[in-house]
Amino acid sequence: MIRFLLKGLLRDKNRSLLPIIVVSSGVILTVFMRTWLSGVLGDMVDFSARYSTGHVKVMTRSYAENIDQIPNDLAYIGISDLKDKLRTAYPDMNWTERISFGGLLDAPDENGETRSQGTVIGMAVNLFSENSPEIDRLNILKSIIDGTLPDEPGEILISHDLSEKLEIHPGDEVTLISSTGTVRFGMVAMDKGAIIVDISDAQIALDMNDASGEILGYFNNGIYDDLEAVEVCKQFNSNYRNEEDEFSPVMRSLREQNELSSMLDYMDYAVGIVIFVFVFAMSLVLWNAGLLGGLRRYGEIGLRLAIGENKGHVYRSMISESVLIGIIGSFIGTIIGLSISYLLQKYGIDTGAYMKNTSLMIPTVLRAKITPDAYYIGFIPGLISTTLGTMLSGIGIYKRKTAQLFKELEV
Amino acid sequence: MKKILIIILFIYTGCYGQTPTGEEILNRIDENMASESRILTSRMVIHGRRGSRTIESKSWSEGEDRSFTEYLSPPREKGVKMLKLEDQLWMFSPSTDRTIQISGHMLRQSVMGSDLSYEDMMDDKKLISDYDAVVVGSEEFEGQQCWALELTANNDDVAYFFRKIWVDKDRYIPLKSELFAKSGQLLKKMEMFDIEKIEGRWFPKRMVFKDMLKDGDGTEFFIDDIQFNVKFPESLLTKASLRK
Repeated sequence: MIRFLLKGLLRDKNRSLLPIIVVSSGVILTVFMRTWLSGVLGDMVDFSARYSTGHVKVMTRSYAENIDQIPNDLAYIGISDLKDKLRTAYPDMNWTERISFGGLLDAPDENGETRSQGTVIGMAVNLFSENSPEIDRLNILKSIIDGTLPDEPGEILISHDLSEKLEIHPGDEVTLISSTGTVRFGMVAMDKGAIIVDISDAQIALDMNDASGEILGYFNNGIYDDLEAVEVCKQFNSNYRNEEDEFSPVMRSLREQNELSSMLDYMDYAVGIVIFVFVFAMSLVLWNAGLLGGLRRYGEIGLRLAIGENKGHVYRSMISESVLIGIIGSFIGTIIGLSISYLLQKYGIDTGAYMKNTSLMIPTVLRAKITPDAYYIGFIPGLISTTLGTMLSGIGIYKRKTAQLFKELEV
Repeated sequence: MKKILIIILFIYTGCYGQTPTGEEILNRIDENMASESRILTSRMVIHGRRGSRTIESKSWSEGEDRSFTEYLSPPREKGVKMLKLEDQLWMFSPSTDRTIQISGHMLRQSVMGSDLSYEDMMDDKKLISDYDAVVVGSEEFEGQQCWALELTANNDDVAYFFRKIWVDKDRYIPLKSELFAKSGQLLKKMEMFDIEKIEGRWFPKRMVFKDMLKDGDGTEFFIDDIQFNVKFPESLLTKASLRK
């Protein structure tokens, strides 16, 4: 039966070509939308995790309450001890301290007086420890445009755009500390004026011995697991809760920071909405296509009914045809959609030119991301909508009256 | 009838005469506070949520445009010097042996974690030159009868567009000030206590500053010693003195 239908479809291009093009187009869009949303939203969450929130973050209660102000005077004191406890309690996670700070970077002239200066966002991370995961996590090595990774106290990395603005070159001295190179983070907010320093330098400069504003925790596999993160936070907070001590530690999951919960929820909803919209829209399109096809095949169906074919059989054969078209169209659409997504995953779209003034911490190169469900997600609208469209348009078969068939066929 | 009118006119002019205008009050404040030169030794106690820090300093100022400050303690801040020449501010830090000009947004940053910004430290200008004042009432503050004034900036070159001040009616000292942004947001509060007569002027020995956008219990500023109209070497108010 399937072979018979397939032959019919292949031989009569009017029955197959347009529906397959329509289904493929819809599936391409569905697959592309899925991978694009996964890529862009996922990158935003991933960037936030890497640069700001971690998968979980430990701070003092008072620091957490005023986190927008980066209140380093409310930092946690005694991080070595706390980190040991965290490593013991959660061996599947990597723990690292960070200090964020704002300030002024001042480049001197030959007399030691201000030549140029700019306000900066500083990020103190563990650069000097052997095999520090922070270097990979922040993609520092690949981001270095000029100079080298700091390996001596007092050396810093400066965003490339800022170094050009201030006319600073690798090896030049700047206020308080000396620079060894320039980097491009791929985020406008940081490229405009950020510096990276080793945590030990920041602790000395900011008088924060054995203290840091934040201790970030990352799952060892590098992938954010919301349920696991929430569970870790719940456990930690119940162990360390001390309402009377405003400097007691508190842990927040990525979801609970920077309003990322709405972003994560949006990611879940977005996929559902995309599929629903395409199923609905494509059903309408294919219903219309089915109606047109039905009208065009009006004579054929009439003849089949006139020679005694059962109405149910005609209806079922049409549905079977549409299932075949759905499978073929979805397959073609998925391949094309994945190919486009792959290109966008590899090369991305550089939106840096349009985000010159943004202060959001988002990547400038937007990329798609091929997730496992992208391989099958297109089949859902591709099959459902095609079949639904045919089922709706095929109802007309039951309205045909046998008595009028011969009269119609005479015409 | 004529008598009644004369009495009303007398009462009206009498009352009117007792309430000085905003401009008059500002002039009186400036007369009391401003001096040709000043040498001041002070302590700044910064009350954070974790505890308090005390920073001692000595400053020399001439008129409203030139001043030099040297921080004396704690050891971490010792030797830091600041020089203000008109609208420019330089800072010298001995640990880096660098003279850095503080400008732009940086002027609004906190000085050593206190509730005062660099801009506040620089602000020695007479109120009358930057603000138009209106007397809005009479209120009591810390047991003293005060004129309540609303000050609106008459130029854009001010840190606070709008101020509300409570001026001691007897001593013409602004005992309390609220400093607002152009948007109407309250940015800082300032209160003056322990008013003493020093060399013929009423001067507060203790001031409390509170940055309303910041946590903590504010910054207290104690004046340990103050001398008015004393001569000091002119070379002190030059950039060369920063490195000495």
